[in-house]
Amino acid sequence: MKKGQIVVLSGIVLVTAFVLGSFLVKDRQRESLGSLARTNAEALIREHSPTLGDAAAKVVIVEFMDPGCETCRAFDPFIKQMMAAYPGKIRLVLRYAPLHQGADQMCAVLEAARRQGKYWEALQVMYDTQPQWADHHAPRPERIWQFLPAAGLDVNKLRRDMQDPVIARLIESDMADARTLSVTKTPGFFVNGKPLVVFGYDQLQLLVEEELRANY
Amino acid sequence: MSSNRTDRAANVDWAILFACWLIASVATLGSLFFSDVLGFAPCVLCWYQRIFIYPLVLIFGAGLFSFDAGVIKYSLPLAIAGWFVALYHTLLYWGIVPKSIQPCSEGVPCTEKYLELFGFLSIPLLSLLAFSAVVTLLIVLKRRITA
Repeated sequence: MKKGQIVVLSGIVLVTAFVLGSFLVKDRQRESLGSLARTNAEALIREHSPTLGDAAAKVVIVEFMDPGCETCRAFDPFIKQMMAAYPGKIRLVLRYAPLHQGADQMCAVLEAARRQGKYWEALQVMYDTQPQWADHHAPRPERIWQFLPAAGLDVNKLRRDMQDPVIARLIESDMADARTLSVTKTPGFFVNGKPLVVFGYDQLQLLVEEELRANY
Repeated sequence: MSSNRTDRAANVDWAILFACWLIASVATLGSLFFSDVLGFAPCVLCWYQRIFIYPLVLIFGAGLFSFDAGVIKYSLPLAIAGWFVALYHTLLYWGIVPKSIQPCSEGVPCTEKYLELFGFLSIPLLSLLAFSAVVTLLIVLKRRITA
């Protein structure tokens, strides 16, 4: 064999080993995360979890999110589009995984907004203004207060409500569920209990479409 | 290559360089496997070592097609620099260099234990072994060629 061929062949062998190894690992992760979600099905959706969409929808997307997470913000319109494309068939359940520093306060704001019936409006405002209060280098969470009135919220009531220990406990229990289900990054998606292992728009869409086909 | 050197000696030279290339390639793919497949976030020192090992794959690769001994001159500085970072990282990991002077205050601490094969082979040690092997092989090759 020529020397050049030895190099090329070795390169092919190494890269193939890498690719096969990746598939093996991802497969095992899918298996273990899936069984984790199956054995802890109760940790996936709690009674207190905010829900968007038809209650009878058979495809349920559970999203572990953080209001300060850029990728969560980027996925938000994508999910809404999917829900609009299949009206009544997809339901979104939000869970809190406040991984950013100070993000638990933002979750508390959301929960307090829920008491005014403005949960989704408040979340929309948070996502819209995220670059201004959740900059990675200089996060300025206090800035959110100047934007919240746009959601039609009574800010004074909001400030009082968010101190309620019930809310802190709710966020804490969501984080415990995230740990149970091994969600270490946001957004963490489960579609009808199946974890999204390889992350991406297309991958999420495929998973949702698979479940749509299976249930309708 | 001097004309009095035999084909056999030339083949050994090539094999030594090929071994260097293999080590660099396995180290490169291995580091990518750790970070991108297993999800181990690389610390700052890991990145410095990556800077020194990744180009070696291409430099050695280029030197292997139509064997060029000049490759030593360009690759040895990279390998030695990487070796020093790997040594520092390993000493830090073992606690010989005190943590207080480590440069990684943000992100992943450089002493994060991701895996220890056979109870002692940590990622920094794997890196140190790889750089040591490459430096040693290159010095051997240099001596053989200038002899």
